[in-house]
Amino acid sequence: MKKTTNKSTEELVDNFKELRNEVRNFIDEEKAKGTFEPQCDSWLGGVSTEFSHKLGKRGWVGMTWPKKYGGSGKSALARFVVTEELLAAGAPIAAHWVADRQSGALLLKYGTEEQRKYYLPKIASGESYFVIGLSEPNSGSDLASLSTVAEKVDGGWVLNGSKLWTSGAHYSHYMIGLVRTSPQDSNNRHGGLSQFIIDLTNPGVTVRPIHLMTGEHHFNEVILDNVFIPENQIVGEIGNGWTQGMAELAYERSGPERFLSTFPLLVELLRVIQVDPDRFAKIEVGKLVSRLWILRKMSISVATLLENGETPNLMAALVKDLGTQFEKQIAETSRLLVSSNPSVTSPFSSAFERRLAEAILHSPGFTLRGGTTEILRGIIAKEVVAK
Amino acid sequence: MSDINEMLIDSTKKIMRDFSTKETIVETENGIWPKDLWQIIEESGLTTVAISEENGGTGGTFGDAISMLRVIGKFAAPIPLPETLLANWLLADIGLRASIKPLTLSSIDEKDNFTFTEVEGGWSLTGASNYIPWARFVEGIVIIGTSEKETLITVVDPALCQIKPGTNLGGESRDFVEIQDQFIKKVEVIAVTEAVLMSNYYKGTIIKTALMAGSLERLLELTAAYTKERSQFGRPIHRFQAIQNHLAVLSGEATAAKIAADNLIEAVDTNSYETQAMITKIVVGEAASKSVPIAHQVLGAIGFTDEHVLQFTTRRLWAWRDEYGTESEWAEQLGAQVINNGPEEFWPFITALD
Repeated sequence: MKKTTNKSTEELVDNFKELRNEVRNFIDEEKAKGTFEPQCDSWLGGVSTEFSHKLGKRGWVGMTWPKKYGGSGKSALARFVVTEELLAAGAPIAAHWVADRQSGALLLKYGTEEQRKYYLPKIASGESYFVIGLSEPNSGSDLASLSTVAEKVDGGWVLNGSKLWTSGAHYSHYMIGLVRTSPQDSNNRHGGLSQFIIDLTNPGVTVRPIHLMTGEHHFNEVILDNVFIPENQIVGEIGNGWTQGMAELAYERSGPERFLSTFPLLVELLRVIQVDPDRFAKIEVGKLVSRLWILRKMSISVATLLENGETPNLMAALVKDLGTQFEKQIAETSRLLVSSNPSVTSPFSSAFERRLAEAILHSPGFTLRGGTTEILRGIIAKEVVAK
Repeated sequence: MSDINEMLIDSTKKIMRDFSTKETIVETENGIWPKDLWQIIEESGLTTVAISEENGGTGGTFGDAISMLRVIGKFAAPIPLPETLLANWLLADIGLRASIKPLTLSSIDEKDNFTFTEVEGGWSLTGASNYIPWARFVEGIVIIGTSEKETLITVVDPALCQIKPGTNLGGESRDFVEIQDQFIKKVEVIAVTEAVLMSNYYKGTIIKTALMAGSLERLLELTAAYTKERSQFGRPIHRFQAIQNHLAVLSGEATAAKIAADNLIEAVDTNSYETQAMITKIVVGEAASKSVPIAHQVLGAIGFTDEHVLQFTTRRLWAWRDEYGTESEWAEQLGAQVINNGPEEFWPFITALD
């Protein structure tokens, strides 16, 4: 592992210098044009289909996929560079985020050739958006208890049930839903589940908004009422949905979005305190910087292991656990170092106050989405004991 | 790192398993020199790693030495190997030959405690420190002191010093040393630059992080093992969510320390490493401060008795986090640097630390 980390480190410096500069120049140009104001949690809250198109045109969506599917055939580390630059800048990348990170990767691995040819180029162009259909009203952390069902009919399946917390379903095109294709079996809790591509414009699909406590609209409930899904929209094998979904978890949990959600606040904090930094401020900033550094290193090690075909689930869970605590810590340290009136709505608020308000108001989600801290710690402890 | 790395690590592990035993650690803490352990260390050439063979050393790189010291830290080995290496590297930097015998050195922070006064044919050295590691056991003490004009270094025979034993929280010797009007021949005193001293201080800091990363690895192993062995309410305690939570937090901190140390070991032979050294000391210091209370909480009363080996590791972590800069000291420097660079330079600063 040491050797591979070493290699990845060198690669990040040498091979990606050009790519990194290219992304930075692009961001600078866009900021100069006033395309976006940096914001916290921009991979959930920063929705700009226009911006997603621009990234698609540059080959920065689906960039690890083969060229024949519209990708750029780049390495996972190249993608790491692009995404971390966009996240650090607080750029609006939410629209295509799930499709790029997760859905496309899933289809590439388990999809049929027909599915890949149809969906991947659209995703890579930054024009086709996906949502994750996992949680349900009665199934959260205990996902295997889910009850949305698919019933076999001629030529396909009929789905009934509902999926919750589907971020972006109101502007996205498809949902990859995990649903039950055979009854619950207490001896095989993870069996009998399958993944379907659900076109959100299908008859019988209702997208009901669920507003965050800030009033923002990201979450939805997607209600499926006798929705017919043709056979060719099954992902992978019937009954293999759990395994297929879990295989992607290491990607989902270890990326730079798990520790950079509040980075734009940290930048504003530095802007405010640079005027007259006292010893306390320096110490607190120094601690945050060292934490950020180690989290990034851990995240890069996972990316490298994944690139080499390993599935470092333990390390990925650690990155998410520590990373999301860190995202919250930035907000806490900021409010204690600089007295202010954080607000997202007040017309007089400074950039620091807006970023702080975003960070605080979005913070509950950091340690919930993608596996709660409690679920992650259970996974980590079991792996540690099993070693 | 060089080709000898793997061999060096393997042989160090073997020596540690055979010689750095519970009995040896206890005896050493009670003031008895661990002569068998030291002898094998000396015979294996470990006291002069990262010093070229022409200069009387074993060869290998600084990174090799650091990876070896991580093993030393893991086994809580009660020997002045870190100090001997650090002293030897300093001597090599100023053109002196390395010694295979146990050495120590006075702190760079305390260079004003020792004064060199010019006398006929040489120097008269006077001064004292109450925190020189292993002074009562070593065969040479490298003293860093000042004359009216410059910073000077010499190696003093401990027999010529007044030494009173002291210890750190880890039970490691940290002794009072007093030297009074000791005559030193002119040829035995060498001037040293601030740059060489600072470089040695960073090396000392890096050594400490390696020892701590090794200790944290051990801490996680001991804690995880205990949760499997110990049963309460009819089941092994690792089945309880409260304990799982402890294990997960401990594992996160130990892993952070490990990755930080891995990165530092890679960096030291190729890049400038000052910033990474300070960051790593903060990371492992915070890891120690969070992990040690967890380990003690999980192991319960037995863990803080002298019968149990846990305390060798936890007391050393408590001691080492304060040596060569606390988290706050380094964080203040790092924070000042980042704030001074300005907000626009912050992200480029982070990505340049690869």
